[in-house]
Amino acid sequence: MPGPKRFSVRRKRVCKFCAEKITYIDYKDGKLLGHFIPERGKILPRRISGVCSTHQRLLAEAIKRARHIAILPFVSD
Amino acid sequence: MRNYEVVFVAAPTLASEELDGFINHIQTVVEGKNGKVVKVDNWGKKSLAYKIKRFREGYYVVLTIEGDGDAIAELERRFRVTDYIIRYISVRIDEDLKRSEKIKAARQRKASVQAPAEPSSDAESEQEISPNP
Repeated sequence: MPGPKRFSVRRKRVCKFCAEKITYIDYKDGKLLGHFIPERGKILPRRISGVCSTHQRLLAEAIKRARHIAILPFVSD
Repeated sequence: MRNYEVVFVAAPTLASEELDGFINHIQTVVEGKNGKVVKVDNWGKKSLAYKIKRFREGYYVVLTIEGDGDAIAELERRFRVTDYIIRYISVRIDEDLKRSEKIKAARQRKASVQAPAEPSSDAESEQEISPNP
């Protein structure tokens, strides 16, 4: 069922990783992962980022690894 | 034989010669376990996302290692007993790379199937244009 169209915020629908044909998300690439980390340092849900489920899984793993070696923060504000 | 990627973070107080010495030491440890250090990537001093042992910076070194699990186990044991190593992570990468290659190969196959169709459509459009003069 489509929701009310008029007032909904338009979001990116295409998965960034599918579009750029990325098959392996590197946990050492802080710049790339930083796009999926909002201010609080949480992992951006895919309903907002539009990342597909396959890539979201890889992304979450990469972010967790990056946090461990202090490339990304666990919490930030 | 498996491929691993090992990243370790050394304390910023460490002298660069000491770091080089430690990297050489690691290579002998890995070779002692019938492994091989394929690549050493020294990122230099980088700021940490959060404080570790009161340090705000650290030397990042990325190693690509070919070897078996016991080489990595020995390496991790060394990391734990070495005071100036503040963080390490070892990740097995061969399966991820294999998966990545598989997807790429499938994509190329798909592209090569579609590719012959495209020039023919171009040729048709050229034929349509050519009768004009």
